[in-house]
Amino acid sequence: MNYNWNWGILITEPYMGWIFSGLGWTLLVAISAWVIAFTLGSVIGIMRTLDQPILRAIGATYVEIFRNIPLLVQMFLWYFIFPELLPEEAGLWVKRGIPMPEFWTAVICLGTYTASRVAEQVRAGINAISQGQRQAARAIGLSPAQVYRYVLLPISYRTIIPPMTSEFLGIFKNSSLALTIGVLELTAQTRQIEEYTFQGFEAFTAATILYIIVTFIVMFFMARVEKKVSIPGVTSIGAK
Amino acid sequence: MIEMKNVSKWYGDFHVLNNCSTVVEKGEVVVVCGPSGSGKSTLIKCVNGLEPFQEGTVTFDGISVGESKTNLTKLRSRIGMVFQNFELFPHISVIKNIRLAQEKVLGRSEEEAKKRGMELLERVGLAEQALKYPGQLSGGQQQRVAIARGLAMDPDAMLFDEPTSALDPEMINEVLDVMVELAQEGMTMMVVTHEMGFAKKVANRVIFMDEGRIEEDCSKDAFFGDTRGERAQLFLSKILNH
Amino acid sequence: MLENFDFQVVIDAIPFLWEGLKLTFLLTFLAIAGGLILGVLLALARLSHIKPLSFLAASYVNFFRSMPLILVIFWFYFLVPYIVGRPVGGFYSVLVAFTLFEAAYYCEIMRAGIQSVRKGQAQAGQALGLTYKQNMQYVVLPQAFRNMTPILLTQAVILFQDTSLVYVVGLHDFLVNAEIIASRDNRLIELFSTVAVVYFVLCLSFSLSIRTLQRKFSV
Repeated sequence: MNYNWNWGILITEPYMGWIFSGLGWTLLVAISAWVIAFTLGSVIGIMRTLDQPILRAIGATYVEIFRNIPLLVQMFLWYFIFPELLPEEAGLWVKRGIPMPEFWTAVICLGTYTASRVAEQVRAGINAISQGQRQAARAIGLSPAQVYRYVLLPISYRTIIPPMTSEFLGIFKNSSLALTIGVLELTAQTRQIEEYTFQGFEAFTAATILYIIVTFIVMFFMARVEKKVSIPGVTSIGAK
Repeated sequence: MIEMKNVSKWYGDFHVLNNCSTVVEKGEVVVVCGPSGSGKSTLIKCVNGLEPFQEGTVTFDGISVGESKTNLTKLRSRIGMVFQNFELFPHISVIKNIRLAQEKVLGRSEEEAKKRGMELLERVGLAEQALKYPGQLSGGQQQRVAIARGLAMDPDAMLFDEPTSALDPEMINEVLDVMVELAQEGMTMMVVTHEMGFAKKVANRVIFMDEGRIEEDCSKDAFFGDTRGERAQLFLSKILNH
Repeated sequence: MLENFDFQVVIDAIPFLWEGLKLTFLLTFLAIAGGLILGVLLALARLSHIKPLSFLAASYVNFFRSMPLILVIFWFYFLVPYIVGRPVGGFYSVLVAFTLFEAAYYCEIMRAGIQSVRKGQAQAGQALGLTYKQNMQYVVLPQAFRNMTPILLTQAVILFQDTSLVYVVGLHDFLVNAEIIASRDNRLIELFSTVAVVYFVLCLSFSLSIRTLQRKFSV
């Protein structure tokens, strides 16, 4: 193995700046996309548990479409095809008018894709609640919306904290796909360092460590949250 | 108060309720018994519309349960229900379980709901458990809280779906005691249970069901006397002999 | 736009797209095979009573599961030639990356699968005098595979979709070949929508057959 080690490259400018700016973009893309994934995914997941067949069908169709096309292909569809399908002016605005079109494209793509996965978790969480609980909630006179608001959702969101944590970490890792449309996030920046300096080992190590650190922080934080909202007297709630 | 006329219900081909009719007057306590799968639970869940039925009519205080224009939510707030598996909401404390529907359905203030809740907890002997969560209580305690949750709505009638069958034997009486007291105060009650001691003590009438049919619907004395039919006889001998 | 959709471009591209699709299938197939073998070994290591062994396996899994697949691809694309000592071409680097990456996920599935087999089964095997290897081979693993079949197949669909990420090193898979023609003929809409539809039809029909299978299994 013929390799010139140079760990100093990581604390040399501009490379150190690239790494941290990359990390910043990674987090920004991931968190913004998560806002979409969580809200949209919750709505679709709830739709799939309602009695109305039409709403259930819409929810199911959404999930099947977004789950069965590779994320990278979806990224290209949003970036290259979506503006073409809009009326001309709107298309131009999407391509050139909005600031940072690559960033927003990545956020929408990751958000809508992960929403389909979040929806499945929310649905599973609600369906795991026994029929007796629903009947009891209805028997005391709660309206259908109140049954969700006060009984089904508070219980199911607690049970799905572990899978939702994985979904967030999924969006965090998948944010690296944004590099294919030109967002200079963490992976893109380290790849760029490798191409500029040939110090790939050092650059990729830095990225790897940062990904691991963020993963650890998120898992630690979510374990705390899970403990904090755990229901006293209920030992085994939800599937691990 | 509760009137069922020719109620029938099918799950696919399975005839769960077959032409059931009965009347429960205000202040009456009616015990519903019968072998498992005979349709007892389904019958009382028709009263508050938790189980839809295909034929016949059910009316509560003159309001038709099966009609689509009936405001079921409002109707249910007037009928308390106690379930076999308690079905307290695990994520909120005992007192909040009792407050929830008072505030969200009846629109009572937090203070009012809490006061009524504490009175009822006092009454079922669990005032000191108010801040605990359901999972921290024994089965008997949970069921007593569930009764308090139903009573907090000041209902016109109470439905009990096998309230003691999920309990350990030593806890059955603490729940039955509360129910006996309630019956003696004049609450209208429909109770699905195998506790014949309870029936003998407070029931006005006994309904015996088998294979979705109401086979007997008679006064307590007639039921425990010798006028009952063969099937009810067989059922009674089975549950009293162990 | 849509009224200008040119089917002829797509039809002309079919042979070239098919070449790409073949590579996608080949990569998927090899990575499943490699990932599954390594994954089973890792799962056995993770469940082993030998502490350092289970610790190593757990670290391996956590390491790969906290990294984006694209970064793993970059890592091995850069690293493999150094390790082998000569250029080996993108395909082998990427195959190594996918195999090692997928193994972490297959490990977790197989670990759950092995744990889903009742303890009494393994004890019965031991009582009959089977060695550890025989017990795993004939008693525990066959049941674990059976219990996990739907999840293993679902993971295969995910892997099939993930192979599209070889785009980042320019390997000529289905997506890259489509992109080549798309930019050559300036026909992005036709080619990318074709790619999306083909992936969708393949993945959906496979997912649906998994679900049918699952229903049969659970009876």
